[in-house]
Amino acid sequence: MSLTTNERTIILAMWDKIATESEEIGRETLDRLLTVFPQAKTYFPHFDMNSRSAQLRAHGAKVMSAIGDAAKNIDNVSGALARLSEMHAYILRVDPVNFKLLSHCLLVTLATHFPADFTAEAHEAWDKFMSLVSSVLTEKYR
Amino acid sequence: MRPRGGEGRGGEGRGRAGGALGSAVMALSAGDEALVRALWRKMGSNVGVYTTEALERIVLAFPSTRIYFAPLDLSPGSMQLRAHGKKVAAALSVALGHLDDLPDALSALSDLHTRQLRVDPTSFQLLGHCLLLTLARHYPGDFSPAMHRALHRFLTHVAWALASPCG
Repeated sequence: MSLTTNERTIILAMWDKIATESEEIGRETLDRLLTVFPQAKTYFPHFDMNSRSAQLRAHGAKVMSAIGDAAKNIDNVSGALARLSEMHAYILRVDPVNFKLLSHCLLVTLATHFPADFTAEAHEAWDKFMSLVSSVLTEKYR
Repeated sequence: MRPRGGEGRGGEGRGRAGGALGSAVMALSAGDEALVRALWRKMGSNVGVYTTEALERIVLAFPSTRIYFAPLDLSPGSMQLRAHGKKVAAALSVALGHLDDLPDALSALSDLHTRQLRVDPTSFQLLGHCLLLTLARHYPGDFSPAMHRALHRFLTHVAWALASPCG
């Protein structure tokens, strides 16, 4: 699966906007994940579940930083996320279904923060991009 | 009295666990229902606009779903897609009025989707995903995590009722 030139342009344009508030977007994405899909809490047993907690914010920033790395290395997402791929497969052992749930929550967050930019084309590009990120993160699962 | 689900906790759902959706169906709490009804009131007669947009998005983002809509004209703005969007909106409004007996209220639609159209249950989840995104961008100020959860539960219930034929 690879993104078209147009899709890449859309991803990078939106990323420029995301970068200005990436910590809040990351925090809100995780807040939505843990609120709408409480089964995901199992992967964060050490977290304080208050939505404004420092842990949620710090972890959200890490998630967004990784997504940013993937966006900036869109020709080689496998290489950019190799270490994270191993971590999710061997140490964290996150069930792959959760990547879809996180992707959904990120897209909802983007839709609320950038409604005018979240056109059908942008939605399609981001769904495809997050699907690529998810498949890279699960490619070491065997 | 209808049993209430828990707020923010993994309570037992009214619906059957597992099944076509592969996960437990959470009951809508009183709070969930109030949130969904509030947004429905706010949308007024525009529900069809948003369900149409969700249909436009699903066939663009998930092209495999096009198989279910042939031979409709699926281009953005098409009259046929708009007409279909209105049908989806009407069905959701019926569902909101029959949360206690969704399988009965939606039985004809359930038969249509399972026996005639043979829609894969994951497609309902994809349409739910697209509708949630559509509503999030049109009502960003209303789309708190709690509203997101309430709408997700409502749409999951509808999907479960549609994917589980009666009799």
